[in-house]
Amino acid sequence: MRHLLSARDLDRDTAVRILDTATEMAATQGREIKKLPTLRGRTVVNLFFEDSTRTRISFETAAKRLSADVINFAAKGSSVSKGESLKDTALTLQAMGADAVVIRHHASGAPHLLASSGWLAGAVVNAGDGTHQHPTQALLDAFTLRRHLTGPETAGHDLAGLRVVIVGDVLHSRVARSNVDLLSTLGAEVTLVAPPTLLPVGVSAWPCRVSYHLDEAIDAGPDAVMMLRVQRERMSAAGGGFFPSPLEYSRRYGLDARRLARLPSHALVMHPGPMNRGLEISAEAADSVRSVIVEQVANGVAVRMAVLYLLLAGGPKEENA
Amino acid sequence: MTYLIRQARLLGGDPVDVRVEGETVTAVAPRLETEGARAIDAEGLVLLPGLVDLHTHLREPGREDAETVASGTAAAAAGGFTAVHAMANTNPVADTAGVVEQVWHLGRRAGHADVFPVGAVTVGLAGERLAELGAMADSAARVRVFSDDGMCVHDPVVMRRALEYVKAFDGVVAQHAQEPRLTEGAQMHEGVVSAQIGLPGWPAVAEEAIIARDVLLAEHVGSRLHVCHLSTAGSVEIVRWAKARGIAVTAEVTPHHLLLTDETARTYDPIYKVNPPLRTAEDVEAVRAGLADGTIDVVATDHAPHSREDKDCEWAAAAFGMIGLETALSVVADVMVAGGRMDWADVARVMSTTPARIGRVDHLHGRPLAAGEPANVVLVDPAARWTVRPDAQVSASRNTPFGGRELGARVVATFLRGRATVLDGRPVDDVGAADGAAVTS
Repeated sequence: MRHLLSARDLDRDTAVRILDTATEMAATQGREIKKLPTLRGRTVVNLFFEDSTRTRISFETAAKRLSADVINFAAKGSSVSKGESLKDTALTLQAMGADAVVIRHHASGAPHLLASSGWLAGAVVNAGDGTHQHPTQALLDAFTLRRHLTGPETAGHDLAGLRVVIVGDVLHSRVARSNVDLLSTLGAEVTLVAPPTLLPVGVSAWPCRVSYHLDEAIDAGPDAVMMLRVQRERMSAAGGGFFPSPLEYSRRYGLDARRLARLPSHALVMHPGPMNRGLEISAEAADSVRSVIVEQVANGVAVRMAVLYLLLAGGPKEENA
Repeated sequence: MTYLIRQARLLGGDPVDVRVEGETVTAVAPRLETEGARAIDAEGLVLLPGLVDLHTHLREPGREDAETVASGTAAAAAGGFTAVHAMANTNPVADTAGVVEQVWHLGRRAGHADVFPVGAVTVGLAGERLAELGAMADSAARVRVFSDDGMCVHDPVVMRRALEYVKAFDGVVAQHAQEPRLTEGAQMHEGVVSAQIGLPGWPAVAEEAIIARDVLLAEHVGSRLHVCHLSTAGSVEIVRWAKARGIAVTAEVTPHHLLLTDETARTYDPIYKVNPPLRTAEDVEAVRAGLADGTIDVVATDHAPHSREDKDCEWAAAAFGMIGLETALSVVADVMVAGGRMDWADVARVMSTTPARIGRVDHLHGRPLAAGEPANVVLVDPAARWTVRPDAQVSASRNTPFGGRELGARVVATFLRGRATVLDGRPVDDVGAADGAAVTS
């Protein structure tokens, strides 16, 4: 594995290996001394062109727990705001010797460009590109599901037989795309629920079911419901006019207290964050005992430690694809 | 200079000798005496009327970093073209007699191919009010094709007025069919691929809805209409329906839409980013069939040069467009002739005779290959195979989607009014228009 650009690139065995490595990493995070020396002397650059506190801190924490040196690059206040191109930014980082670049960018395909252009010699990790993919988010979601729902011994296990419902703005969601790819690769059955305007033309070709009705999806008794953030602005004409009002969206697609109560008792409530409390998810659901939202964040560090470890320290040496 | 072209296959048919003296073809016969002419061995080569491109971007004035009239017409000659229609989306926009005359003069001075400037339909391409179409028609450039290409004339009243107004001087409006509200922020064809790779989509209906409206408007006011770079199966069907009703619509397709699909976008390489976007395999098959059966009248390149920094970046930041003058004939030969759907006479029809007629330059170009006609001809080696090298383009720009691809058929020689602009497959260096070479109308 040279780069992590898309959940679509992960086959079942590779995905399970990442999750198993994350389990080992998570175990070290329960100790008093959380640091491992594995990536000492290596440099990881967080190249974030989009605002993100949570993901950037998660990657920074993961890299530091492995003893790597971390450089944080934020687009605002850098030469990018003066018009510097992605190419020149990448060449500058390469000249400073980055072993891995974790990139979040508003343009779908930007990590792909970094990995294939020859501008960088190190590993490229996609921390979210446009509306395309967010593979480490899907990995931490899969990790969370596995921890709770596949029994006490998770090592080597995938998600076969689990039923997951993903609700929200699928059209604009890289989290949805990565999760559909990864969860189905791991054997789960995924159902997407959204108003028709927020589903992409071509979704019928995806390895999942599609429904316009959240109540039906909940009454089918899923093992987990994952709520996606919906931007209020998408309601307005300027934002694209995707739904008539936030209230109508919440009524039809929000995880409110009534829907929460109808979920099976073992079902998990998930959300990649940040949440719009009251729009796609009610406070009752976000704060309920079924909610693993805060745990998802913690699992993110372990999963990102696993990814950086496998990319930079390699584990058992394998042939490069 | 007198040339004797020996044993060329006329329109791919039987071999003939052709004498060119001064600006004219003076004789065409199975065998001719050399008589002091410079002989060109054309055995096995196909002789076609010089190609005419209805849709080229020469970028001058304004973006001379990407292309100039001189470099663009040199590229045209290399591709076998003797005439190009230069689109109006320059800076300043070609919406006045002054700018179109400037472009026309630059073409004459460079002397590689005849440049027929296209006039903008609306002032500044803003789509709000008509530009001085009459002044452009009466200028030295004698504009007959009007287009806001790059932008769509989306306001139905403005489009109606334009269609009506150009009737006074036998002009034609060439529409870039793209409903702007349906394509805000669009990056590629809306379909299975765009959904997966996370790029905003450009739905086929945004092209088809405008074409449907425009053919009905043209019918209502009794005008000609030309549809630029038609790209979808639905568009082909609409044009077929319109022609069956007797509507005076013509349509063009680009070489890249005859060959490439939206699957190329999976690489995120913006060399494949173009407007209208590359579509599905079904659309490619439909436009091929449409070109073969005459629903689509012509091939036009939409040659769109871009500087390196406008393509060497992430997809969303890249400019739309591909160059195509130098590869057009080869792509058509590979897809349509080698594919058995057309012969060389058909190629002459769709790349020379018909575009000349639509542009109303058929008194000069797309002429029959016969004694007394202007010597605007091209010699093609139908059996050649060559590999496209982006860094070896005659064009000043490199953005070809065919880099590294092997294509068939190659231009061996191009003659513009009897003067060789390309010989032995290479541009002739000291081309400068003899200023006696008047491009009269």
